[in-house]
Amino acid sequence: MAEIIVVTSGKGGVGKTTTSASIACGLAQRGKRVAVVDFDIGLRNLDLIMGCERRVVYDFVNVIQGDCGLKQALIKDKRVDTLYVLAASQTRDKDALTSEGVRRVLDELAAEGFEYIVCDSPAGIEKGAHLAMYFADRAVVVVNPEVSSVRDSDRILGLLASKTLRAEQGNGGVKEHLLLTRYNPRRVASGEMMSVDDVKEILGLDVIGVVPESPDVLSASNAGAPVILNVESDASRAYEDAVARLLGETLPLRFVEEPKRSFFARMFGG
Amino acid sequence: MGLLALFRKTSSTASVAKERLRIIVAQERSARGSPDFLPLLRRELLEVIHKYVNVDPSAVQINLGHEDGHEVLELSVSLPEAPRGR
Repeated sequence: MAEIIVVTSGKGGVGKTTTSASIACGLAQRGKRVAVVDFDIGLRNLDLIMGCERRVVYDFVNVIQGDCGLKQALIKDKRVDTLYVLAASQTRDKDALTSEGVRRVLDELAAEGFEYIVCDSPAGIEKGAHLAMYFADRAVVVVNPEVSSVRDSDRILGLLASKTLRAEQGNGGVKEHLLLTRYNPRRVASGEMMSVDDVKEILGLDVIGVVPESPDVLSASNAGAPVILNVESDASRAYEDAVARLLGETLPLRFVEEPKRSFFARMFGG
Repeated sequence: MGLLALFRKTSSTASVAKERLRIIVAQERSARGSPDFLPLLRRELLEVIHKYVNVDPSAVQINLGHEDGHEVLELSVSLPEAPRGR
């Protein structure tokens, strides 16, 4: 039985694709069979973040329209054995994605023995975002500690609670988690940025991870390697913790406190 | 926080953000369950009332509530003190 996890946010640019790539990669590193699917039809980018853009021959829409088989379109990751990518198509036809087609592809992925299917949602609340969440069992809502991102996340939570298969069937709905990205503990300490607890309180959800703002995220996307693979990075450790929590482990949050600074730095501020 | 920070004028923008979000999120959540026709209903009611009484748009309040298991549409119109001459 495959578990379908949607990575969504409403607002663009908060780190959905970075998160999808790292969570999928992290699950696969723990030996799970994982497929990560780009739902951003017309604006595919997951392939770039995963570093497989030159190996895309067939895409999600090709599979839906029967131009090729699912196996031909799945791109096997070169670093982690059990990880596969299904790229979005670059077509401008947004209607290429149909509910029936998406269901068929997800069923086929499950039949292929994938244990986790990570759906990278496009921004917004249009069709692509709707279909990315519709069949989900769980949702990772990516949020920046910033007003517009938090408000949009609440909007998305409303949709998860009403416009998904699980919500319609009334069997407990989609299990929702918050994942904060671009978190800057120093700015939180100085009162310039909302804290984890602030965001948690407003949205009323448990937090599955807090990823600190880090230059390593840009470096990772430059190189086409999910940031979780950069084991030196705090962002990587934060994503690893999030993956562990997704798998049911209980871990304390890291990287939410301001790092200790030298006496001199403390005296004169930073 | 450094010593110099004590002398800097500090106001917590994060708490302003939190307060604004708390209000707007609560407001949007309460509107979420209500049917889509409420804004249109409000506008049309306002037009009808306006034919007879010169009311301010904000004087018409429509709320959909739940009471003892059934939905209650509550309409409240505050009329101006001196009605329009007839």
